[in-house]
Amino acid sequence: MPDVAVVGFAQAPNVRSTPGTTNGVEMLVPIFAEVLERTGLSKEDIGFWCSGSSDYLAGRAFSFIAAVDAIGAFPPIHESHVEMDAAWALYEAWLKIRMGEVETALVYGFGKSSAGQLRRVLALQMDPYVVAPLWPDSVSVAGIQARLGLEAGLWSEKDLAEVAARSRADATGNPAAQVSGTVEVADLLDAPYFADPLRAHDIAPVTDGAAVLVLASAERAADLVDSPAVITGIEHRVDSPALGVRDLTRSPSTAAAGRALDLDGVELAELHAPFTHQELILRDALGLGEQVRINPSGGVLTGNPMFSAGLARIGEAANHILDGSARKTLAHATSGPVLQQNLVATLEVLS
Amino acid sequence: MADLAVKSRTCFTQTVSAPELPLSAPLNVGFDYTRSVGPVLGRFVNALRERRVEGVRGSDGRVHVPPLEYDPVTAEALSEFVPVASEGEIVSWSWIAEPLDGQPLSRPFAWALVKLDGADTAILHAVDAGSPSNVHTGQRVRVRWAEETVGHIRDIAYFVPADGPDTEPTEAPPPVAKREENAPVSVVITPIHLRYEHSASPEESRYLRGLAEGKLIGQRCPSCEKVYIPPRGACPTDGVPTTDEVELPDTGIVTTFCIVNVPFLGQKIKPPYVAAYILLDGADIAFLHLVLGCDAADVRMGMRVRAAWKPRDEWWTSLENIGHFAPTGEPDAPYESFAHHL
Ligand SMILES: [Zn+2]
Repeated sequence: MPDVAVVGFAQAPNVRSTPGTTNGVEMLVPIFAEVLERTGLSKEDIGFWCSGSSDYLAGRAFSFIAAVDAIGAFPPIHESHVEMDAAWALYEAWLKIRMGEVETALVYGFGKSSAGQLRRVLALQMDPYVVAPLWPDSVSVAGIQARLGLEAGLWSEKDLAEVAARSRADATGNPAAQVSGTVEVADLLDAPYFADPLRAHDIAPVTDGAAVLVLASAERAADLVDSPAVITGIEHRVDSPALGVRDLTRSPSTAAAGRALDLDGVELAELHAPFTHQELILRDALGLGEQVRINPSGGVLTGNPMFSAGLARIGEAANHILDGSARKTLAHATSGPVLQQNLVATLEVLS
Repeated sequence: MADLAVKSRTCFTQTVSAPELPLSAPLNVGFDYTRSVGPVLGRFVNALRERRVEGVRGSDGRVHVPPLEYDPVTAEALSEFVPVASEGEIVSWSWIAEPLDGQPLSRPFAWALVKLDGADTAILHAVDAGSPSNVHTGQRVRVRWAEETVGHIRDIAYFVPADGPDTEPTEAPPPVAKREENAPVSVVITPIHLRYEHSASPEESRYLRGLAEGKLIGQRCPSCEKVYIPPRGACPTDGVPTTDEVELPDTGIVTTFCIVNVPFLGQKIKPPYVAAYILLDGADIAFLHLVLGCDAADVRMGMRVRAAWKPRDEWWTSLENIGHFAPTGEPDAPYESFAHHL
């Protein structure tokens, strides 16, 4: 089976709100053009298209269909969609290339989180019989998770603020970031609680955005870019949807996905952690030591476009291979409430 | 998440201060999440109706509350029900200072995982505690039952401190459950109401503002030069936004049509009537509208039609400004002239 490589990545600016439509066309058209130009491909060269987005974010049925206009989908294309973060759309595209059905694929994700009330809309990801009818918002549920670790002594409020401060400082180098800058941990800890025990800096900002990534078989990739980022491993696992069953201070599904991969020699990791404490859970689950640089892009605490943020982690991790600044990187994506579903990938220089 | 089956309503209003911005308007979506409960959740909600809590025993001996249909370890179907107390302790919690629509309380409260006595796993629910200083992990709490129980998770209105008095429920959307007289609850209904700010694309906004002035504005794709009305955020052939504005006449032809004979909910016109694809003169895409003003049986492919506009004082940013299309009496367009628009 052919290896699969990332050959291009582009993302729309991560912003608090856009005046655009919920079908993402305005955000997608420029980044499609950007990624195609960078890879020298035209839309006719793309064998398979796959996207991740959500009708609940858009507030209308089959919202992803309108986004297909951004592709220029005539003559007819080979297209699919997942109602999850587009990292899972990437998984589907990766399979298509591995199976030899296509040589190239373009994966995209988009979301206009600002159209509705994001943390309330996300309650509908929960069990529809005994949880969702209570409308538990995503921030409150993450707060319950954070307190479990605080009271067990697994992390402190200062540890969480340090994650936020480091993320914002790193994001100063990321032109797409929504939030960036130098902040003192002590100042962050002086801020009031938003959802005790979480403060605003512990919570990824509401973000509109989109991301696109081009995959190619390793053979084809070598013709397209100097240094393709080969996906040497990709695994995803899921934990029980029953919140009260899980030990929320751990992420067994991330750990299981990580165990199935060879993580030796990973130089940096892009982790999809929409809350500060979740970065600590993920680092632990993946056994990432001090030598691994975490979220050099600033991570999703500095911009969290729903349904493309996980895909963007893979893109950011790939960029370090594409530009020659790393030889092995790790990307993680999550979907669902409090790290329910997790995908981990390793990317390496084509050998 | 599943696709939305929605009843939605939206109307566009022009923003006076910033007319160049795309039009946007509130979009309120509502539907009833209707689900059959099955044997496990059915037992749970029917017990709630009787103000009792039941869990289910898993393969590892743990008692799950709420009950799980399938074991989280072995995935086997579970069926050994275990009554548990309606009192227990807080495992963890967070505080919500400004509750959101639909939540169990409209005054500030704690979200908590509560492990009921006799259970090994925790249930997520609300605790009415007044302030975060009145909540702590390990705190004893008990169920505050709804005034009327119907067989739904919201029969547990919320929890209160175990040694405290009942507090007054704040208004919550009523949970609904279906059952035959004297029969157990088999279906639960959860009303879902979501509020959005819906935005039209810049191209659609130009078109909608044109309609408010009685103009039909299409836009041309800069690449393939096709004229779209309504204009598109991106040409479906070329993937580039349509740009050049083209004002189109209100005359055109019927490309294809159907005669509606079936009555349905929300129907505004008495059947039979004709819904048709209208291709305006100069446009490259047809849109759906009504053809009235003649017998339904007389409508034909290629028939020439003209817009019947509503009175000017009823115009707004909507294609509803055209009440319908009516035959002009001109000779039909030849089939070849519209064959590639079908
Ligand atoms: Zn075109």
